[in-house]
Amino acid sequence: MDNMTLNLKVWRQKDASSSGKMVDYKLDAVSQHMSFLEMLDVLNEKLIKDGEDPVEFDNDCREGICGTCSLVINGVAHGPWNGTATCQLHMREYKHGDTIAIEPWRAAAFPIIKDLVVDRSAMDRIMQAGGYVSMNAGGAPDANGLPIAKHFAEDAMDAASCIGCGACIASCPNASASLFTAAKISQLALLPQGAPERQRRALAMVEQMDAEGFGDCSNHAECEATCPKEISISHIARMKREYFKAALISKV
Amino acid sequence: MQPLFKVVWSSVGKKFIMALSGLAMVVFLVEHVVGNLLLYSTDPDPYNKYGHFLVSLGSVLIVVEYIFVAILLFHAYSGITIALGSNKARPIGYYKVGNASGDASRKTFSSKTMIWTGILTFVFIVIHLKTFKFGAYYASHVGGEEIRDLHTLVWEVFRSPAYVLFYVITIFLLGFHLRHGFWSAFQSLGVNHPRYSPFIYCLGILIAIAVAAGFIGIPVWIYFTGA
Repeated sequence: MDNMTLNLKVWRQKDASSSGKMVDYKLDAVSQHMSFLEMLDVLNEKLIKDGEDPVEFDNDCREGICGTCSLVINGVAHGPWNGTATCQLHMREYKHGDTIAIEPWRAAAFPIIKDLVVDRSAMDRIMQAGGYVSMNAGGAPDANGLPIAKHFAEDAMDAASCIGCGACIASCPNASASLFTAAKISQLALLPQGAPERQRRALAMVEQMDAEGFGDCSNHAECEATCPKEISISHIARMKREYFKAALISKV
Repeated sequence: MQPLFKVVWSSVGKKFIMALSGLAMVVFLVEHVVGNLLLYSTDPDPYNKYGHFLVSLGSVLIVVEYIFVAILLFHAYSGITIALGSNKARPIGYYKVGNASGDASRKTFSSKTMIWTGILTFVFIVIHLKTFKFGAYYASHVGGEEIRDLHTLVWEVFRSPAYVLFYVITIFLLGFHLRHGFWSAFQSLGVNHPRYSPFIYCLGILIAIAVAAGFIGIPVWIYFTGA
């Protein structure tokens, strides 16, 4: 259908210090061939024409690989489709007359900048605490010069597919950053390149995660269900093993 | 080297202790429900002898009791900390809360109500200890020895419909606590493996059903047969 009318409820907030509210918009002539973000573009064109402030929302590649788009859509981070980011959600999911609630990621560690845009730099600080490897400068090493067992490589690749969007945090009933932090710790713990900082990384990233004010993990696994890359909570279990080994067994 | 208190009170350490204490209490519950099956007998002697055997362990039992009190208090304390931390981590909630589609999510009634089923169980334990452990003392004579007649007390208490109803509702909800708590404890300990995890998940459901059904059956059976 090319002519849907939708009832949108969008979180509007002027800036970080203002309090916001859900605002109702009626949007006509929405095509089912649009992506969700294109639908918001149409809303914004209408708002601009009407002389109103357009709705701010984060987006960049619109191909599901950059991790910039966010949005909690009808209570689910990245909307109703599994294994996709908001930008990959298409309006064929919706019917004429549907009501759609659109909210920003909600966490104390993700302060709202404006409308649907939140400050996700807490995740950057977790990365800075240990999400890196030390490399010797010089000539590039030979390809396949460092053997890595296939299952390690696969697990590491699964963890490395994290695009850092923060949906795990947004969807967690406790606003825990466990899946994000675990994916980063796990990815590097599985590879020989990550070995030099392995213990220090597990300790420092967990400590930073706690310091940012994220909640604790209660194993709801809603993070895995909303992750656009479907990263498994088995990585959270690995993070816990890495942390225990580093904190209780190693001398770090 | 990391200071131990820092490790224990990190988000990962807290859940580690929470998991260990939870699993210890599951072991206790299984022992408790198996022992209580003797209450189905109208003959008071087997149950009273079982109770007397436990009391006759003397200081061993007292040490175990104190350990379990400590375990319970820690479990409760960290559970409350996590629930309060969760409010602090998301002070402004969502206008609408939904559930992700697909089968990866383990967000259920059980997982969402852990704090409430936990608090209810804690209140229940206090009342339960007051009613039975520190309740009326009836004497019974078995083989020339005077032992406490708990069987009569239990059968007397479960004649009260209010008490039976409170008992049944609490244990029913405790079943939900166990259903999420059991597999969740293993995940918190870092045990997640394609070979064992499905088994652990199913075992948690079975334990929850068995423990809840075992405990619920006793007051219901006594209420309808013991008048």
